[in-house]
Amino acid sequence: MKIGGRIIKYGEVEGEAIVSAEPIGFLGGVDPDTGIVIEKGHSLEGKSIKGKILIFPTGKGSTVGSYVLYRMKKNGVAPLAIINEECEPITAVGAIISNIPCVDKIKVSNIKNGDKVRIEGEKVMVD
Amino acid sequence: MELTREEEKMFVGENGEGIQKAMEIVVALGKIYNAEKLVTVNSVQVSGVSYKNLGDAGIEFLEEWAKKGGKISVKTTLNPAGMDLENWKKIGFKEEFAKKQLRVIDAFKKMGISPVCSCTPYLIGYLPKFGEHIAWGESSAVAFANSVIGARTNREGGPSALAAAICGRTACFGFHLNENRKADFVFNLNCEVKDFSDFGALGNMIGKTVKNKTPYITGVSETNQDNLKVLGASMAASGAVALFHIDKITPEARMKNMINESAEKITIENLEDGYNSLNSKVNEIDFVSIGCPHASYDEIKKVAELVKGKKIKTELWITTSRYTSERAKEFVKIIEQSGGKVLNDTCLVVAPIEEFGFKNLATNSGKAAFYAPSYSKLNVRFGPLEKCINAAITGRWE
Repeated sequence: MKIGGRIIKYGEVEGEAIVSAEPIGFLGGVDPDTGIVIEKGHSLEGKSIKGKILIFPTGKGSTVGSYVLYRMKKNGVAPLAIINEECEPITAVGAIISNIPCVDKIKVSNIKNGDKVRIEGEKVMVD
Repeated sequence: MELTREEEKMFVGENGEGIQKAMEIVVALGKIYNAEKLVTVNSVQVSGVSYKNLGDAGIEFLEEWAKKGGKISVKTTLNPAGMDLENWKKIGFKEEFAKKQLRVIDAFKKMGISPVCSCTPYLIGYLPKFGEHIAWGESSAVAFANSVIGARTNREGGPSALAAAICGRTACFGFHLNENRKADFVFNLNCEVKDFSDFGALGNMIGKTVKNKTPYITGVSETNQDNLKVLGASMAASGAVALFHIDKITPEARMKNMINESAEKITIENLEDGYNSLNSKVNEIDFVSIGCPHASYDEIKKVAELVKGKKIKTELWITTSRYTSERAKEFVKIIEQSGGKVLNDTCLVVAPIEEFGFKNLATNSGKAAFYAPSYSKLNVRFGPLEKCINAAITGRWE
């Protein structure tokens, strides 16, 4: 399946999808040293987003979240790319300053956990 | 989104990596908010300066951007830092925190920003004009600039304000556009709002109701710059208000058709809800903090008059800008003689208060009272300046 989105941060990558149906807040939501989701009760709690194509509807929480993404990238535990339905400033700024490819305007329900996903600019290919 | 030829060049990196990164951020935000173009900005105020908020990741990010040639191209000031940049040791900030904070400031200096750290740049010579596009970050300064001056800014995040400072532009959406500056709520006051703390309590109530929308307030008979400053600060804390209008007082309230037809009308009979929600029940006070937003010359003078010849029992902080305390030197001296401290460059909300071991705070600021329980783990007493200073002298809230 090939879906067209909107480029927030350009990139070409391929990887395994990890999908959250609910929003993600990076500050206090993800451990910047391990890449594991730590928000209590979150559907991805305890799961690692390191090296995955992270798919979630939109971001939430503190604007410092942008720096958390940056720190994850520095620590080598950042997601490989981000796909959103509606990207908001925290995730967008985080992706840009961390050089993490980011595309939005893609329905989360198009992609399932474990799918092989390839991003080429605004194009998203799902196997 | 339409970019000019010059902006296109900046975006693809012809003017260097520092500017390219800035343009990428500004353009991405423009896309998200469906901006049709960018606007040039004449002044920038960068939030995200305290090490307490930035953390190590923030320092690394700023240092890297500075290294990549990020240099500001417009007049830029900084939000308060996590400590008094000169007197930190004497006041009791820890060395470890201070070292990190100074690294943050150094990174900003490398980008060409002089370390004017204040949430009230409009009090110290950085006064925008009516209708001017600016990119400010500090929420209380955003509210003041938009509402009291009639300048135009969204609530910029730390990196986005810095990006605007470097590329000299911000995306044209939200409060930069006429059609988004109309009120969504009308509040009619049926009670007197006089004291600085009254305006904080009122702001708390309105912010909770309108969240990020714009209120229009009627029934305020008299006010001044300090009261408008704390009204905006308090609304921006309990809600995310970036713009408010006050009938017969703020500039855009004098213009026609500034209230949306669908605006909800609410009457406020008294300020009880604001005062109650910002007050705990503690009576022993060990910390009194004045100057959120940063104290003006008049406020410092008032404190000096109240403490003159008295002995302060609790810790007393007056937080302000370096420029204002210099101007109010004679009053600063009186406050210090009584045992109070005047801190420059910092404030209660962004300093690592938890490291000082204070328990019960008294403040006259509706913003400080809102944040202190969660950010600084303090019990709060909120009320007029006279009551706060009395608590500083007696150690009790009476």
